[in-house]
Amino acid sequence: MELISLAIRSIFIENILLSTFLGMCSFLAISKRIDTAMGLGAAVIFVQFITVPANWAIKHFFLEPGALAWTGVPALAALDLSFLIFICFIAVIACLVQFVEMVLDRFFPPLYQSLGIFLPLITVNCAILGGSLFMVERNYTFVQSVVYGFSSGAGWALAITCMGAIRKKLRYSNIPPGLKGLGITMLLTGLMAMAFMCFSGISL
Amino acid sequence: MKIAEQMLDRMRPLFAPGRPLHLFHAVFDATDTFLLTPPDVTDGPPHVRDAVDMKRVMMFVVIALIPCTLFGVFNAGYMYNTVNGVPGAGFVQHVLRGLRLVLPIIITSYAVGGFWEVVFATVRKHEINEGFLVTGLLFPLTLPPTIPLWQVAVGISFGVVIGKEIFGGTGFNVLNPALTARAFLYFAYPAQISGDKVWAGVADWAHVADGFTGATSLAAAKAAPAGANAMEFLKESGFTLQRMIVGLEPGSIGETSAIAVALGLLVLVLTGIGSWRIIAGGLLGLAVTGTLLNLLPEATRLANPVLQLPFYFDLVMGGVFFGIVFMATDPVSAAATPAGKWIYGFLIGLMTVVIRAFNPAYPAGNMLAILFCNVTAPLLDHIVLQAHIRGRQRYLARMNHG
Repeated sequence: MELISLAIRSIFIENILLSTFLGMCSFLAISKRIDTAMGLGAAVIFVQFITVPANWAIKHFFLEPGALAWTGVPALAALDLSFLIFICFIAVIACLVQFVEMVLDRFFPPLYQSLGIFLPLITVNCAILGGSLFMVERNYTFVQSVVYGFSSGAGWALAITCMGAIRKKLRYSNIPPGLKGLGITMLLTGLMAMAFMCFSGISL
Repeated sequence: MKIAEQMLDRMRPLFAPGRPLHLFHAVFDATDTFLLTPPDVTDGPPHVRDAVDMKRVMMFVVIALIPCTLFGVFNAGYMYNTVNGVPGAGFVQHVLRGLRLVLPIIITSYAVGGFWEVVFATVRKHEINEGFLVTGLLFPLTLPPTIPLWQVAVGISFGVVIGKEIFGGTGFNVLNPALTARAFLYFAYPAQISGDKVWAGVADWAHVADGFTGATSLAAAKAAPAGANAMEFLKESGFTLQRMIVGLEPGSIGETSAIAVALGLLVLVLTGIGSWRIIAGGLLGLAVTGTLLNLLPEATRLANPVLQLPFYFDLVMGGVFFGIVFMATDPVSAAATPAGKWIYGFLIGLMTVVIRAFNPAYPAGNMLAILFCNVTAPLLDHIVLQAHIRGRQRYLARMNHG
């Protein structure tokens, strides 16, 4: 029950894109077409689903103060490596994104083509690193971090697919020239965030 | 009518391309088509499939809103007079007082919104149409009668400009402009649009009628202490089912009376302008979710008495009926496919009840639920269309191989 409420909270209430505005760059750039938006959404879910628990394990077994106690060496057990958190997390994310890229290239070439440069850019997608750092900040357990990773990715994917569908509709609109493209997308993101505010404050 | 026609005909050449007043031809066109039947047809969505064009469609919505508006005027005056204990106030006094409270709000909304509409139509060279008349009336009806007029102006400006005009005007907006305006005010100036003090126009809280708190029925239901029977509690606070249906209670101007909304619903559905699928989906979502919440374990229900209310209470409390009938059926921001409309309506009903039951921050969940569904509506349509295409492809494949 607690896990379900965590999932709902991170998909809707604390939507990583629309309430913390993380991962905006790829959100704005990739939401032009709904198919690629869905593809990138799926990729983010996948990467998030793996990196957050992986980072949890790395933090728990290597980086936390006293985390190396399992080695049985007193000198290691006294170490506090938490200053390495950022660099380790980024390395893990980069490796996993490489892995996703290879899988997509092998099995879904059309999606790979349409994502283009933005797939490697998931590496520097703030939502991914943000997810891992929120996991540290909120002291999630392993199971919680699995659920959180998946559902925060799902929240991001939901937001970008909604945006993709809206922008498909906007193709027929008569938008002022100065606002075409990124301008209107920024404004729309703000309006979407306002609509998502219906969830803020829900206590589960 | 004859005189108007002659006058317009005489003025028409002045607004032709290349003539001095061509810049303002949008204003002329608007007056022309507002009074008389225009010879032209619409060239953009929403598309029309019968003789009634977009302007007339919007006029029907305004007509459907009349019962709510009139009742809202009366209710605002009635609440003011009863609560402040005005001696000897009868029907006429209620109406006069109501007009004094409500008319300035509607006029401000129309004037400021109309100003933006004309500016954009003139600069961007698109036409003015009655879509604005709907927005300009829907918005005030969702406000408390005590709202400061400058906030009405700010709100409708945001709704018309950011909610609609930057997308290219009527027919292109993603969110319902009236709701965008309402939500903007709600988050920007919560003190004047939520809470217990704003709904009845109390002049002096030291001299109100006995036992009057100013709370809306929804707020009263939410105030029920843990373990209480919410229905009994509502009754004790003075909100009987009958009173909530009639609508002589504190609340936003147009939303209190279920009867007035039902009249509007009748007009919209009989003329085929409001989608009955959306309305039916919304009511169904409300009923199903409300009933499911009634079935929650007893301990949970006792802790949160709102969960005990039967679903028809959810319908008559607050703005949900008004929202489902007038806001959710906006053809531009709603889902467009038939199956999508059912899902869209159902989602609105569901989310409204969920927000009401579980979100202590916002008593009125309907507005935000509709906005959220506006955001997801294009996605719903996409999914429905894709499912349909896939179904046809499978069918064809079977035919070809069979």
